[in-house]
Amino acid sequence: MSDNSSGAVAVHATQLGKRYEIGGRARHDTMRDAVASAFSSAMAGVGAAARRVMPNGTSASAAPPALAPARERREFWALRDLSFSVREGEVLGIIGRNGAGKSTLLKILCGITEPTAGEVAVRGRVGSLLEVGTGFHPDLSGRDNVFLNGSILGMSRQHVAQHFDEILAFAGVEEFIDTPIKYYSTGMRIRLAFAVAAHLEPEILIIDEVLSVGDAEFQEKCLGRMDSTARSGRTVLFVSHHMPSVKRLCTRCLWIDEGRLQMDGPVSETIHAYLTPNGATAPESADMDLREWRNRYGHGVATFRRARLLDGEGRPSLVLRRGGGMTLELELTSDVQHPMRMDVTVVSESGVNVLSLSHHDVPGCVPGVMRGRFTVTCSLAELPLAAGRYHFRLVAMSEREHVHDAVDDVLPFTVEDAPDSPRPFQTVAANGFCVVPSRWTIAACLA
Amino acid sequence: MSSSIIDEGEYAGRSAGAAPFPSSPPTIRVLRPHRGWRGVDLGELWRNRAVVGFLVRRDLKVRYAQTTLGALWVLLQALVPMLIFTIVFGILAKLPSDGVPYMLFALTGLVTWTYFATAVLGATTSLITNSELVTKVYVPRLAIPLAPLLGALADLTIGLALLGAFLVSFRVAPRAESVVLVPLLLVLLVTTAAGFGYWLSALTARFRDVKHVTPMLLQMLMYASPVVYPLSLIPARYRLAYALNPMVGVIEGLRAVLLRTPLVDGRIFAVSCAVSAVLLVSGVLFFRRTERLFADIV
Repeated sequence: MSDNSSGAVAVHATQLGKRYEIGGRARHDTMRDAVASAFSSAMAGVGAAARRVMPNGTSASAAPPALAPARERREFWALRDLSFSVREGEVLGIIGRNGAGKSTLLKILCGITEPTAGEVAVRGRVGSLLEVGTGFHPDLSGRDNVFLNGSILGMSRQHVAQHFDEILAFAGVEEFIDTPIKYYSTGMRIRLAFAVAAHLEPEILIIDEVLSVGDAEFQEKCLGRMDSTARSGRTVLFVSHHMPSVKRLCTRCLWIDEGRLQMDGPVSETIHAYLTPNGATAPESADMDLREWRNRYGHGVATFRRARLLDGEGRPSLVLRRGGGMTLELELTSDVQHPMRMDVTVVSESGVNVLSLSHHDVPGCVPGVMRGRFTVTCSLAELPLAAGRYHFRLVAMSEREHVHDAVDDVLPFTVEDAPDSPRPFQTVAANGFCVVPSRWTIAACLA
Repeated sequence: MSSSIIDEGEYAGRSAGAAPFPSSPPTIRVLRPHRGWRGVDLGELWRNRAVVGFLVRRDLKVRYAQTTLGALWVLLQALVPMLIFTIVFGILAKLPSDGVPYMLFALTGLVTWTYFATAVLGATTSLITNSELVTKVYVPRLAIPLAPLLGALADLTIGLALLGAFLVSFRVAPRAESVVLVPLLLVLLVTTAAGFGYWLSALTARFRDVKHVTPMLLQMLMYASPVVYPLSLIPARYRLAYALNPMVGVIEGLRAVLLRTPLVDGRIFAVSCAVSAVLLVSGVLFFRRTERLFADIV
């Protein structure tokens, strides 16, 4: 274990910046574009005509409208003036919204892309995990893919060979290791890919959001593995939207927004600042706008827009009664027209998953076959929760368990005990979270 | 920007004792914007030889996966065009073949040309087909087109073995110098293919059109090379210009040593070698110059 405060500097970034030229890039994707733009700059204004006489039928004949005569070069700074340093042995979390520049930062640190401004010094061998299973080929056996992927990630053949049995055990695919991986299930392929990555032992490990794949049990296994990697004194830079993982693994946290460093500090404070927009606390309304809600992760193919909580009488309310009715109205947008799985979990104030609600409980109810905007309603006739404070976690995922959107800390609500309860005492969560009708008989035991 | 905030000395000093990896000397990379030309880090390429090896293995295994004939296809791919060329160009068109059986003449050209075309085409598309190696991980970019260039050598070996079998059955004895000259000519062949490969792959990353142009370019080059006809068919005063295509030196050189056709004029051979070397050096430099953009445009 190295002491965080006295370790040598492992990564030192100074005023790092990365600029993309959006217009310019689209314009030069094909030679026709380059030729055409050369033409149009030569005889300014006649560019469009010049382009028309160019032979058509290139691969990108559907040339983007960015080719329009107005040759604007839109510049976009994915990162700007970013300075920070990481000491050896630190586990640094990097959080921020989609498109905030987190992945660009990782790509620069890995040497995949060059910064446009500033510089970063990296001390030690870097291992990166921006994607699981880089280079995997469906026609190759699991064994071949393990060695190929290992070498791509920078492991020596001996290292992979030494850990081969561990990798198989970690992935749980021992008996299929000589089968081409195109016959594997998606889950098996991901497990195998992750198992290789889990045995990467560089001095600096750089990980992008890769934990959102795989089932919960496997995710837990991976987190455990990363935990031990982090504790072994390695420097880890970890990008994630999954706040519990960041909290669990990291010793420090960077919050990046629109390419700039918003905050660099202790994990819980940074996450708190990130999750509470403009310093306000979570909205105490029974009608919650989720579009800008930050405590979420997923691919974003389908997203929750809005959530509304209604009591037994159909009034919006954050206070419900035990044994009374409850209705949760969810509004979603979806880019795809595939059946999806929708799960609602009621989570207690202490973080215990208490109640699991799924549309699968109602045969024939398949949300998400609609595209665009739609609402999903989930109702309970009798809320079985003991008095206490709870909130919802909403998850929309594909049938293959790819998480589209997982939103946490939604609609914090209070359950009050039923006033007409025959119990002479208050039923609180400390006794147990759920209260359901039960039948009791009492009889004396005969000796 | 020119002054590094942390110089290497400071790093080296701090690492003493405190580092959890005392055995490995601290390697420091400073990542900063680059402009213009860059040299080639051969050491880095060598350290990543395993990646190249596995990529070559992958390509070879995948190519004939789930085929019944497997590597026999390599033989058929050489034999079938050889028969076609022999019938069309040798028997029907009666093209001269410097006094050797046309079948042998064509096979020598074909085996060589097939390597060149396969390697160049593979290298040209390598950055696109392996885009995840460019955008998701850092692998020295020069290594990526190298895999198809080396992988095609397996086919070349089988092709040369086939040619050897034909030489035996036609009772043609290669010149004694071929022991030395054949390997040198093969180096010239690989150099030429690599020169084209690096130029075209870097261009393809930027302009996808190149991917469509390359097969046409290769076809034109094939007829601009002495594959189906001998160099002697070209009027003597044009031969130096003709030799600007480096494949002229390779194919005519191989025929001269293996089939005992007349030896190539030294000047023609020198032109081919020089062009090949210039192509490779300029191709690698152009590749290095543009590679900083690859991750953003592939």
